Amino acid sequence: MPETINLPLVRLEHICKAFNPRTVSETDLFRDFSFSIREGEFISVVGSNGSGKTTLLNLLCGSIPPDSGAVFLREREITRMPEYRRAAHIGRVFQDPMKGTCPTLTILENLSLADNKGRPFGLSRGVDKKRLDYYKSQLELLHLGLEDKVELPVGALSGGQRQALALLISTMTPIDLLVLDEHTAALDPNSSENVMYLTDKVVRDKGLTAIMVTHNLRYAVEYGSRIVMMHAGRTVIDAAGEQKKSCAIEDLLKVFNEISIECGN
Amino acid sequence: MTIFLGQAETVLREGFIYSLMAMGVFITYKILDFPDLSVDGTFPLGACVTAALINGGINPWLALLLSFLAGSLAGSLTGVLHVRLRITDLLSGILVMTAMWSVNLIITGKSAILQFFNRPTIFTWGVIRLLPDGLYRHRYVVVTFLLALAVKLLLDWFLRTKQGLLLRSAGDNSQYVISLGKDPGTVKILGLALGNGCTALAGSVLAQVGENADVNSGKGMVVMALAAVIMGTSLFRRISFLRSTTMAVLGAVLYKACLQVALQLGLPPHYLKLLMALLLTAALLSQRLSGKKGEKSLA
Repeated sequence: MPETINLPLVRLEHICKAFNPRTVSETDLFRDFSFSIREGEFISVVGSNGSGKTTLLNLLCGSIPPDSGAVFLREREITRMPEYRRAAHIGRVFQDPMKGTCPTLTILENLSLADNKGRPFGLSRGVDKKRLDYYKSQLELLHLGLEDKVELPVGALSGGQRQALALLISTMTPIDLLVLDEHTAALDPNSSENVMYLTDKVVRDKGLTAIMVTHNLRYAVEYGSRIVMMHAGRTVIDAAGEQKKSCAIEDLLKVFNEISIECGN
Repeated sequence: MTIFLGQAETVLREGFIYSLMAMGVFITYKILDFPDLSVDGTFPLGACVTAALINGGINPWLALLLSFLAGSLAGSLTGVLHVRLRITDLLSGILVMTAMWSVNLIITGKSAILQFFNRPTIFTWGVIRLLPDGLYRHRYVVVTFLLALAVKLLLDWFLRTKQGLLLRSAGDNSQYVISLGKDPGTVKILGLALGNGCTALAGSVLAQVGENADVNSGKGMVVMALAAVIMGTSLFRRISFLRSTTMAVLGAVLYKACLQVALQLGLPPHYLKLLMALLLTAALLSQRLSGKKGEKSLA
């Protein structure tokens, strides 16, 4: 095995991040926070509101810059790399199903755009008909019947359908890391289960490294290879392998409640 | 009857000319959701550039093309002000519109109206001479129609290319453009360049009809173009086979017809801008009542 396999895929080093600096509502969220993600891991991140879960994802994706510290991807520093450039390496599915697709374009047009990621968007035909069969075969994997509706504008789809499509879109081209930002939270229970099932399948089939923020403790326990609980900008639980397998919802809730009592909630 | 036909010809000619601008504003307003006021400055820019070039002995078709480029440049400036310097969309447009006032006067050599009578124009020079007499008499309508058609077809084609799809996504969901690894700001700048290029093209054609460029010809252009686009897209959107660009062209013709009818009914010309403002207000209101735009701004 090559030695690089032991190096983390992503590293956050000594991150500090405060919100509303120099105002009364200033909050130091991260103080010297370090975190790393290894190749092939599927991490579930849980924690109360304001614990820093989403900020962690935003720092990874480059949606917000850290005040200090550094972010590395495959040992290359990307701290100052803008979000749209990082997107070539990092795919993201948002909580809001509206964010991962373009509503006025058809399913086919959305997939064609996603398929072209990383290449120049020139004046060639937007939809490559030769790839139609491939797109349909990808849509079939979702088991939502979307393969028969490729000419439909995405805006006409339900939230669950859009989120499944967003998942497909964000993993269409090879990526280093898949970021799932409470991506089942806005869906009804059925769609939520389906999207979660599809996520697990896509991650396995494509051998992706993924980090998922969720409020659903069952998903966090059932899926993934590592579980992280965050509180006030720190990790209070970080379990992988056998330790993760023995981790039950009750254990998570216990720690969760202890923290809440500490905070006087 | 002949009077009526003459009127209809004027409406069509003017409608086709302003439809070039309406299609440009369709890109900025409808696709990018950007209320672009620089149009008031880039319309006369097209006219002034054309007049200066034709007076300098440049081929009128080439002058048309260069006007488009000048408009695109001004439009991308609006984009840079908004995207890179983070000035609000409205203010970016106002800044460019104001700056264009001086630029246009510099181009015309400080005169408010720059004439180029009896110089070759797209209506008197080149292939147009080959038209049979019957058509040559109606050459203004013929040429403006062909120009509107050409720009419409080009835009239809562009909006289906990869870059075109990206432009359409930038207006709907800029986060999606980021996910695709592209800077939505750059896409916006390109859209504004395209929109103002089309606007300057309209200014160039209008100048070549009258064989003069008027520095003041841009007043109220935003209001006119917006009303044309909104009228076109809300009146004709039920006709499913019509493309949005066609709706913009039809809107512009319809809008010009409204103004012409009002003038025929005895409206004094100095009331025209008041009527234009009323028409846009009505168009905006009817749009909100039909709920279409409201949905989009919520999304």
